[in-house]
Amino acid sequence: MADFDVPKIKEDIIVPKIHPGIMEQSGPFVAKPEHQKDLGYPEKLLDNWQEAAIEKMGELLKKYRSLKVFMDSCVKCGACTDKCHYYLGTSDPKNMPVARQDLFRKVYRRYFTLAGKYFPKLVGAVDLTEDVLDDWYNYYHQCSECRRCSVYCPYGIDTAEVTMAAREVMASVGKGQKYSNEIIGKVYKIGNNLGLPEPALIDTLEGLEEEVFEDTEVEVKYPVDKKGVEVLLITPSADFFAEPHVDGLIGYGKVFHQAGISWTLSSKASEAANFGLFIGSYENMRRIALRIREAAIELGVKRIIFGECGHAWRVAYSFLNTLAGPWDFLDQRYPIPQHIIEFTYDLIQKDKLKLDPSENDHMTLTFHDSCNVARGSRMGDKPGGQFELPRAVIKAVCNNYVDMRPDTIGEGTYCCGGGGGLLTDDLMEVRVKGALPRMTALGQAVEEMGVTHMAAICAICKSQFSKVLPYYGFTMDQIVSVHQLVSNAILLEPGQKNEPGSNSDD
Amino acid sequence: MAIEVNGKTYETDEEGYLANLNEWDEDVAKAMAEADGAELTDAHWEVINFLREYYDEYQIAPAVRVLTKAIGKKLGKEKGNSKYLYELFPYGPAKQACKYAGLPKPTGCV
Repeated sequence: MADFDVPKIKEDIIVPKIHPGIMEQSGPFVAKPEHQKDLGYPEKLLDNWQEAAIEKMGELLKKYRSLKVFMDSCVKCGACTDKCHYYLGTSDPKNMPVARQDLFRKVYRRYFTLAGKYFPKLVGAVDLTEDVLDDWYNYYHQCSECRRCSVYCPYGIDTAEVTMAAREVMASVGKGQKYSNEIIGKVYKIGNNLGLPEPALIDTLEGLEEEVFEDTEVEVKYPVDKKGVEVLLITPSADFFAEPHVDGLIGYGKVFHQAGISWTLSSKASEAANFGLFIGSYENMRRIALRIREAAIELGVKRIIFGECGHAWRVAYSFLNTLAGPWDFLDQRYPIPQHIIEFTYDLIQKDKLKLDPSENDHMTLTFHDSCNVARGSRMGDKPGGQFELPRAVIKAVCNNYVDMRPDTIGEGTYCCGGGGGLLTDDLMEVRVKGALPRMTALGQAVEEMGVTHMAAICAICKSQFSKVLPYYGFTMDQIVSVHQLVSNAILLEPGQKNEPGSNSDD
Repeated sequence: MAIEVNGKTYETDEEGYLANLNEWDEDVAKAMAEADGAELTDAHWEVINFLREYYDEYQIAPAVRVLTKAIGKKLGKEKGNSKYLYELFPYGPAKQACKYAGLPKPTGCV
């Protein structure tokens, strides 16, 4: 199945003995000239790349005070060394977060500190050579920016920001990553990561309407570019394309239908994901986010709700106002933006959904907290809401639910192994190995508590798990969308027409 | 990168997807499958041909539900699901079948 050794799930998550250099050849494909150009980066590695990279580092150190603090404050205590899923899965010591960050830090010391300028050897400072650049490229693409290590860092160093800075420097001297940059280009040209044009989007959604009607005899609508509706739903394009994502999308539509709240998707902003975050580029992140603003204004909606997409929610929750605000034209009585989980949770609290959890009795569920939701955002109005609300929704629609062991969920959740711009086939070894801690915890839940399925609220997590579950002896359909569970349980009345205010005039 | 079929060279990307969609012919598909140790049956061709037709109209590979529905209509409901498609294309219908059909690889969170 694989041209590399797939780790075996052991009884417990074990800290491996180090194998220096074992993953040093594992970098992803480099962006082609056209992928770089679309994002405003040089088409190939600049002749004076070293000089340009140091200049860019200087610019980032000035612009992001945090980066400077992270460079100076690490005391090498080692608390992070065994916290990274990529170290646990690969045993390459450069995947210990402190060592990965130090690839950047030792260059910082050489060019930006007095001691490093005059006594580089004494302070572990190195020149930015081609070998160092290669190490950056390989190892900063073995970090999913999940920030698990940051939770355990006594200085609160956000190692994801170091990864983002390194990627931004590399892209700006002509060495970007193909996967992320090609995708961002598609967002600009077509509107979404997939490159799904409007006619295909409409065709796909019409197919879903037929499918839901065949299943339920209820006309649930999945509208696009419908003006004057209440809600604009921004969801990852994987929801249109892949399984189990699409079953989640079907679920959102059923919830809107039963709640009688009119909604629409947008062909312009047909993507929730914002890969500008992954490559550390504020300019690209902003340009991607502005599509949402334009769509909301053009469609005249009152609310914006995000579908199941992990880092989209981080960008939306933490940065949307800075990137694309002010949102003074939206209805201020609702959270701006709102997560689909918050929306459904609220309806459940108000008893507005008819649910039969026994429809999911053939499964025992557990929930995988996605890193960007867990460590970079919140839901509801209380701390920890991002952990409680998804579980509350699942428990309202499923009778059998158990958690995986506590140190692998919540704030300490392990990444799926494919986040942060790594969900690409050229990084399959990194992805499979990085999934080991989560697969171990899932294996324990299967053995000890009879778990059959794992639910998630992130398109990347869902795709990553469908791909890697079989490497570990599970089946690809053991990963499900949370709104797929809602969809199974929701009782629509056959023959029931659309509620007033929804899209019956389609 | 490139592949050679019947003495003709076809340019591909790093992962073996055809660079130019218009250069595709059935022998290219067969050669790609052979390189993966697979043989293309009528069942495979049903999928490949549908992918090409859909791409021709929409400039994108069909979403999984569009594909399963179309195959279900053509070959019977019991085959209109992704399990059947994964039996045909173990590396995933979206990726492996697209490659044989000469289409670009779907990108994104899929």
